[in-house]
Amino acid sequence: MSDHAHGHAATAAGRPPEERFLAHHFPNMEAQLETSKLGLWLFLGSEVLFFSGLFVAYGVYRANHYALFHYAHHFLDWRMGALNTVVLVGSSVSAAWSVRCAQLGQRRGLRISLLLTLLLAGVFLVVKYFEYSHKLHSGIAWGAACKPSAEILASLPPAVQALPVPKDLGTFFSIYYLMTGLHGIHVLVGMGLYVWLIRRAGRGDFVPGYYVPVDSVALYWHLVDMIWIFLFPLLYLI
Amino acid sequence: MTEHSHASAAAPEHGTHVMPPSVLLGTAAALMALTVLTVVTSRVDLGEWNVVLALAIACTKAALVALFFMHLKYENRFQLVVLASAALFAALFVAFVVFDTVQYQPDIRAAETQAAPKGP
Repeated sequence: MSDHAHGHAATAAGRPPEERFLAHHFPNMEAQLETSKLGLWLFLGSEVLFFSGLFVAYGVYRANHYALFHYAHHFLDWRMGALNTVVLVGSSVSAAWSVRCAQLGQRRGLRISLLLTLLLAGVFLVVKYFEYSHKLHSGIAWGAACKPSAEILASLPPAVQALPVPKDLGTFFSIYYLMTGLHGIHVLVGMGLYVWLIRRAGRGDFVPGYYVPVDSVALYWHLVDMIWIFLFPLLYLI
Repeated sequence: MTEHSHASAAAPEHGTHVMPPSVLLGTAAALMALTVLTVVTSRVDLGEWNVVLALAIACTKAALVALFFMHLKYENRFQLVVLASAALFAALFVAFVVFDTVQYQPDIRAAETQAAPKGP
């Protein structure tokens, strides 16, 4: 017990410090942890199904218009996608590390790893911002608004330039913006959650007996990483 | 060393599993290697097998994330059942709709071209 040095946190009643966060409808911390884990996994399952609708749209259009998809992917820079894959994998490591620090009661490590996760999430969105703004400035928008500029067409590989611009090019980009946009919203939400965790960690809320929020947000973050793992090859590497 | 003894002391008390740094970094290295592999294989023309291979690599990466980062390997089996069933239903959803459209789209196109008035 001496390992868990957070002396001042113990209350006058002599209860363990983590029990400050025990909700009154749970008999003990153990039951609270197991219940929130189950709830969180059910939420993650629903997130998978939530995204599956967009994967269906992708599958149907790709199956019917493979040539269009192949043509359109030349407008995406695989290096940006690969960079973001590396950034997200890095943020996942640091998210998993934050859970480890919370479990072991390493407060400094916890704050650093939470901050690093937030930072890498920010880097992901900055890269995404550059991609989006470059596309939108070149007329690569969604649906009927997709009218690639002469400049961006000239930047395509010569073999691709020889092909006529498909009239349904915007369909691919509708799917691209919806899939990466919904994923990007998840990244934004994750950043908000990490700001909240950093505040709470700074306050010293998390102890080895209570780290449910760190664990839950990390699980959510890993799912966001997992979805990008599918988006990257499907959109950038057709 | 002290961390490890600490970890084993904390584990039974709270019913949790503390991931050792070697496993976390090993998983990250495997994910990076598979990212390189997916980029490299996308440049080789395998026809229809490109997408199959890309999805197989993506599924392997997702499994690594789930098992080690999300510590599913060490969790109550029920959590695995929840994620696996969601993934299974997502896969069934995509697969059946794609099978359906691949099967009927040629008929629809043929009907459309028949119905369309002849061009000048």
